[in-house]
Amino acid sequence: MRGKDVFGKRAQTRISRGLVSLVLLVGAVPMLAPFLWMLSTALKPLRQIFVYPPVWIPSPVEWENFYRALTYLPFPLFFRNTMTIAIGVIVGSLISNTLVAYGFARLRFPGRDILFIILISTTMIPWMVTLVPVFLLFHKLGWVNTLLPLIVPAYFGTPFYIFLLRQFFRSIPLEISDAAKIDGCSELGIYLRIVLPLSGPVLAVMIIFSFQGVWNDFLRPLVFLNERRMKTLALGLYEFRGLEGGGTQWNLLMAASVLMVMPVILLFASFQRYFIQGVRLSGIKR
Amino acid sequence: MAESKVAVGRAVKARRVSMATGEAIRGYAFISPWIIGLIAFSLGPILASLYLSFTRYTILRPPVFIGHRNYVKLFTDDPLFYTSLYNTAYYTFLAVPLRIAVGFLLALLLNTKIRGMTWFRSMYYLPSVVPVVATSMLWLWIFAPQIGLADFILAKLHLPSPGWLQSETWSKPTLILVGTWGVGRSMVIYLAGLQDVPQVLYEAAQIDGAGPWKRFTHVTIPMMSPTIFFNLVIGIINTFQVFTSAYIMTEGGPINSTLFYNLYAYRHAFSYLHMGYACALSWILFIIVLTLTILIFRSATAWVYYETQ
Repeated sequence: MRGKDVFGKRAQTRISRGLVSLVLLVGAVPMLAPFLWMLSTALKPLRQIFVYPPVWIPSPVEWENFYRALTYLPFPLFFRNTMTIAIGVIVGSLISNTLVAYGFARLRFPGRDILFIILISTTMIPWMVTLVPVFLLFHKLGWVNTLLPLIVPAYFGTPFYIFLLRQFFRSIPLEISDAAKIDGCSELGIYLRIVLPLSGPVLAVMIIFSFQGVWNDFLRPLVFLNERRMKTLALGLYEFRGLEGGGTQWNLLMAASVLMVMPVILLFASFQRYFIQGVRLSGIKR
Repeated sequence: MAESKVAVGRAVKARRVSMATGEAIRGYAFISPWIIGLIAFSLGPILASLYLSFTRYTILRPPVFIGHRNYVKLFTDDPLFYTSLYNTAYYTFLAVPLRIAVGFLLALLLNTKIRGMTWFRSMYYLPSVVPVVATSMLWLWIFAPQIGLADFILAKLHLPSPGWLQSETWSKPTLILVGTWGVGRSMVIYLAGLQDVPQVLYEAAQIDGAGPWKRFTHVTIPMMSPTIFFNLVIGIINTFQVFTSAYIMTEGGPINSTLFYNLYAYRHAFSYLHMGYACALSWILFIIVLTLTILIFRSATAWVYYETQ
């Protein structure tokens, strides 16, 4: 039932499989080597950065670069800002996207399908078109240079997650909610006590993607956060480079980069299944 | 007798209507957060942006209506408008086909029954997972003149360095290269699509005597065309809006060779505070992206194959 092995099934398969493995292995080098180079640079003393030919294994290994990188700029503060946003966004996503997706998935109302098409279409709006007015809106509200512009929109739904959740909610059999209705359960009750508990895996995907989105976000903090004390990790890392003027301390910059990259990599390593699942779901044929 | 039946019929119908109305009300209630957000963060801003594009506005003073002067300036008095448009088109129409080809090819390779498929998939996906800021810094370091890893490798191969990000000619290709490093995300989508191709089609083709290449062109490609189509649309829309990598790595340089459209509009908005002009620029972008999308959708009937056909 699944399509596999386009290239044929015979004895030649062994050779072709070996060839495929070889190509993939070779291709994996440019994928992974940069990370290793990042780590290698992070652990070098400054004088070893500019050595020619470049060395891969630093000696001595300067673990204190990580500490120095963290104190060069107030990274713990940036971390706290980023986490605040992340938690705010995740909570907002869990509330708004599930409610909206439930409405689209399990209720009927006039214009539902048209509204859903509009939902999908909004994902294709270039962000620059809405950026200036949204910025002006938050400016008028006095929210610029606070974390609010980065958190509040999450409480109004995100089309991608609404789409994801709606697909999942539709797959829950109607009989279950019908039975609950007969027992006198309210719509909200069905949502809370039946649909949500069944949605663990999709909610996990949404939480992971939301976190990743906040952690990696550069543009929106750039627009809305001016003062250093409000900045996120992404902005902090960018500022790091601008500080030096002429001679960037690449080893510290790479050390800071490693620290910024580690949590996402760890997240990915632990919850790989959810990442891949989320990406696959985003590629659903429409 | 007849009257009571009619009465019962009416009562049932009335009850059904009120149930449907109740459900509709609940439906709207559930989606209300999104509706509010739609107006506040999407539709409202789009209209506001349109209005502002006909004004001169620097935040410090109220907007001044100036008619279509912004648009006239765009088209007749702003060489950087055309430069940024050219840069963006160059980048998009090279990067998107490249990414589709590489992603698709990798997915094909990964779809074979080799051991460690999960490992490979993770390895290729990893670069697209990590923050762009961090990887931009990394690639800046790798492409650093002379001391960077890239130049070192070229020197070892006795090849001249193209100057990478410092070169007017090679800055865009370098950014395209860096962008392709993150091909893992689309690769995973292609992989999912490949695995959804029904095995029976391959078997039927084989029975009909089709060799591997014929099976590829007559089964794989048609069945994958919706996925490719989807990736093409999303790819073009997103790539046309390239911003972060240029902002961080090159700041539009050298000599505006990587001044992409969004970067240019962003500068007008937040560096020069030409909000009105920036809105005009962004509306032009909107129209361009819309036109491209419509064109691709129109062309879809020619080459996208859906199972229902």
